[in-house]
Amino acid sequence: MQALGLDVLFKGSNLLRLLGGLGKALEISLIAVALSLILGVLFGVLMTFRNPVIRALSRIYLEIVRIMPQMVLLFLVFFGTTRVFGWDLNAEAASVIVFAFWGTAEMGDLVRGAIISVPKHQYESAFALGMTKSQTYFTIIIPQAIRQLIPLSINLITRMIKTTSLVMMIGVVEVLKVSQQIIEANRMTSPNAAFGIYLTVFVLYFIACWPFSILAKHLERKWSN
Amino acid sequence: MKKSIFVKALAILTATVLLIASFAGCAGNESGASNSTASTADKADSSTADVVYRTLDEIKSSGKIKIGVFSDKNPFGYVDENGKYQGYDVYFANRLVKDLGVDVEFVSTEAASRVEFLETGKVDIVLANFTVTDERAEKVDFALPYMNVALGVVSPDSRVIKSLDELKANDEVIVITGTTAETYLTEKYPNIKLQKYDTYANAKTALENGQAAAWANDNTEVIAYALQNKGYTVGIPELGSKDTIAPAVSKGNKTLLDWINSEIKTLGKENFFHADYEATLTGTYGKDYEEKLVVEGGKVN
Repeated sequence: MQALGLDVLFKGSNLLRLLGGLGKALEISLIAVALSLILGVLFGVLMTFRNPVIRALSRIYLEIVRIMPQMVLLFLVFFGTTRVFGWDLNAEAASVIVFAFWGTAEMGDLVRGAIISVPKHQYESAFALGMTKSQTYFTIIIPQAIRQLIPLSINLITRMIKTTSLVMMIGVVEVLKVSQQIIEANRMTSPNAAFGIYLTVFVLYFIACWPFSILAKHLERKWSN
Repeated sequence: MKKSIFVKALAILTATVLLIASFAGCAGNESGASNSTASTADKADSSTADVVYRTLDEIKSSGKIKIGVFSDKNPFGYVDENGKYQGYDVYFANRLVKDLGVDVEFVSTEAASRVEFLETGKVDIVLANFTVTDERAEKVDFALPYMNVALGVVSPDSRVIKSLDELKANDEVIVITGTTAETYLTEKYPNIKLQKYDTYANAKTALENGQAAAWANDNTEVIAYALQNKGYTVGIPELGSKDTIAPAVSKGNKTLLDWINSEIKTLGKENFFHADYEATLTGTYGKDYEEKLVVEGGKVN
């Protein structure tokens, strides 16, 4: 225990503070994930349209998200909106906006890929049965596309949870920041604390992300029958 | 049905365009920012037209002050095991808050975001081991200093380096990338061979393994190191330009700045910063460096 610096974990309310930090990280990422899933599906459908204006705009949006580091986006939304519009967004709201902005683009691209990969004869059969375009989309194409999406979107969700560590830059104290605070506060008395604390953070992130893998496996099995 | 999907698509499209436009606006509009803040600030804040900051009276009447501090820089600003902010900067912050008669909200800041927090008025004061530099003084207003900072060099007891001239041709000096020590030695002593490391931990290991003759860093860091590790001595406690650490407020926030300055002068009479040092820094630096590090009453010796 001493060598790993795990004793530091049980000093005062350190463990509770770490859990609180994890709660903060999950709160931000899960709201953003929920928004991204909904908006991402709509955006993905939009990207499959042949209209050149829609294509160009969605392309620009996607490229902005790909090129801009999330950190820059965070600074833009948190500090930039205050400079330009005078809005006083709180740090959590700014983080949710940035993560949803990012998640929607990536989710949309995944949805687009999944929709395109549905074979053409599925559309043709649906139309031959007299279904309208939206009936075809919502009852034939999207349900098939979603099955392919599961593993990819789980990957995106866990990535979003882990990337929340960036929000410390705009003053949100989440799990990684709490761990740094604990390590630094004890650097004289327990110089080895870093190992134990980071190990704990690893376990916490694992506990946070593991349910999504289980859910994905469960859904894949359920839908394969 | 056909129409509904079209309407939906149009709605999403508009939303997307708006989002993109707002971001593009942020990126491109830096220079024109002050104009547009002026128009929106009227609505957000009736008493001040084109400023991001809150004046002393506004802070007092709101009953709460926001202070940006470090939350992981022991012993200057850190959080203890009960979740309370502590340290040399925080001790001073708490005194300011008490004398103002308001509540405090500490905001955890990073070195890279301190200036931004002030430029957008997201905090009223930054008390985060903020070294006064000309470049920063263009963007924020510094109050009177409350601490000295300089470079220091630590070396093993077997061969204490008391002056950089003692270094022989093949002696190397450890620095951490991106620190003032690196910039200073590269500029002023281009002949000294530097060994660069990214992290404090790696630099420490290199010195302990005898890979270099000495290690140059902020003097607060090397002094703390020598006190914690037997067999090492700070041969050069002060090197290069002496800088100071001071509170900072948003550019132009004169009422708050003047109040902090007069407060620092008044506190000097009761030797407040010596008491602050003894309460927060003696554990790390011992009593010996008190006079070297503390600036009392805003007067640098």
